[in-house]
Amino acid sequence: MAIPTQQVAPQSLPGSPPPSRRRRRGAAAARGGSRSAYAMVAPAAFLLVLFLVIPVLLAFGLSFTNARLISPNPPRFVGLDNFVRAFTSDPTFVRSFINTFVFAAVVVPVQAALALFMAILVNQKLRGVTWFRVIFFVPVVTSIVVISILWDFMYQGDGLINSMIDTLTFGAFQGTDWLGNPSTALGAIIVLSIWQAVGFHMIIWLSGLQTIPEELYEAARMDGANAWQQFKDVTWPGLRSTMVFILVTITIAALGLFVQIDVMTQGGPRNATTTLVFHAVRKGYREQETGYGAAISLIFFVIVLVIALVQRFLTREKD
Amino acid sequence: MSTSIAARQGAARERRHGGDADAAATRRRRRLLVGYVPMVLLALFFLFPLVFMFVSSLKPDAQILSDIGSPQAFLPVGDISGQNYVDVFDRVPVVRFVLNSVLVTTLIVGLGLVVNSMAGFALSRLEWTGRKVVLTMIIATLIVPFETIAIPMVYWVSKLPTVVLENGLPMYDFGWLNSYHVQIVPFIANAFSIFLFTQYFSTIPRSFDEAARIDGAGWFTIYRRIIVPLSGPAFATVAILTFLPAWNQYLWPLMVVQQEDLRPVMVGMQYFFQVNPAWGEVMAYTSLITLPVLVMFLAFQRAFVSSIASSGVKG
Repeated sequence: MAIPTQQVAPQSLPGSPPPSRRRRRGAAAARGGSRSAYAMVAPAAFLLVLFLVIPVLLAFGLSFTNARLISPNPPRFVGLDNFVRAFTSDPTFVRSFINTFVFAAVVVPVQAALALFMAILVNQKLRGVTWFRVIFFVPVVTSIVVISILWDFMYQGDGLINSMIDTLTFGAFQGTDWLGNPSTALGAIIVLSIWQAVGFHMIIWLSGLQTIPEELYEAARMDGANAWQQFKDVTWPGLRSTMVFILVTITIAALGLFVQIDVMTQGGPRNATTTLVFHAVRKGYREQETGYGAAISLIFFVIVLVIALVQRFLTREKD
Repeated sequence: MSTSIAARQGAARERRHGGDADAAATRRRRRLLVGYVPMVLLALFFLFPLVFMFVSSLKPDAQILSDIGSPQAFLPVGDISGQNYVDVFDRVPVVRFVLNSVLVTTLIVGLGLVVNSMAGFALSRLEWTGRKVVLTMIIATLIVPFETIAIPMVYWVSKLPTVVLENGLPMYDFGWLNSYHVQIVPFIANAFSIFLFTQYFSTIPRSFDEAARIDGAGWFTIYRRIIVPLSGPAFATVAILTFLPAWNQYLWPLMVVQQEDLRPVMVGMQYFFQVNPAWGEVMAYTSLITLPVLVMFLAFQRAFVSSIASSGVKG
């Protein structure tokens, strides 16, 4: 750095600067510091206001209007009409609401538990265990669009899944056209969604597991604790904060279910797989009813917010 | 190393105890079985769809369908060729889609690293009025899922001003739809990236800054010459965590880009959304856009996994 020499020169002059000047320099430096700070935060802050804060405010504002994406007329205030319409005269919305909850109610516990089981498996001190970690993680780095197309093909009536079921059960169980059948479509989407995302949460559980000191397990073993007792009394209590994070992230991701629906079923058959976000996009974008779409998005947001707060509150209580 | 030592010790113990040797060996074999069998089964469960995809991309449609009933579905046997790939390139503007995605992803990740790390620097190492408020607001925005604001955001970007050339003269127009910037600019600033940088930077000793200040360095110099070079892992983590969603973008470009030559790879796949798609070509296309990410993942798997793990610090 060439800077020191520049700096040394004035200060090493005989009769160094009077104290008053030094103080002024200090104040200027502090002011310069906050000027630099504003300059460095400004680009990010500007972009976040433009593409996060304003859209959030718009989601609130537009929900109370009849705004359309392309319209010669300015949006008109319609009060709570959009919300009333959603809950009283839009059966597809109600269906989307229920489907989204069913999806989350199954995915959250199953995915969290499976991820924990996998994390415990790959936390064993066994040769080659890193490779299993990598394999379990591969679907996470694969695009959900690709995965939806692939499973769409495998779920066909005469597709790979049915032929594997046939082979594995020696013909005892007959598959169906999984996505075409209203009673199996959502379940089929649940399976592939868990298949895709579980590796992510395995890694998070794993990093939680690795923060638990080995000495605790040694102590438990010396007290004669078996594997289950070690899990119950050492592992589980050590994973509490990890669990909160995992439950919140899985819940939010599950409630946002969209791509699988858009690629595989378009909400069908007979609205068996329509979801809140899919319905919001259908209304707010495809049918250009921005105001109504914003209202549905807002309902989705409020649910996410409430669940995140409730989960935090519940886990805080237990501590 | 440690395992082989343990194994040798175990063997020594078994020799000493003689009669227990058989029991110990059985116990060990059982332990290995309990350890490996579920992992192998799960590995098959996670790999079979992807193996099926890659293998099918090499087969003609008729053979894909006839192989489904047998284990051949997972084996590259029979009439193997790259014909599906050739056909995909003929039928779909694959190169264009890939270049679009590369451009959009590179700019989101690259500009994001600069903008978010600068913000993280100011938030973690500088004292200024409003710092706490801004930091709290940024953390608060982490709870907002993109799906919530997608619809209002389409409306919003359709109203934003843009510069267009008319007869060689720059003119104002309104609406960001159908452009590259509408796919890039909204995703550069990222609250979670800022949060990760802030966390990481605050672990670097402040004495470094003070020493550089005494030497007369400005804050930007400190950021560029001291903090950035010391923060490789944070930059790698943020790059990985922003790369994946940028490459996989679907909902947003689906809504804001109708013009085919601006579409990214995931939306380009809509070419195949029809009643009876040519499955061999579909598998070739999905393999093509998945392979680069998989290769990158396998090459940097340690960094990938630790990035994901560090994203858990939020809790």
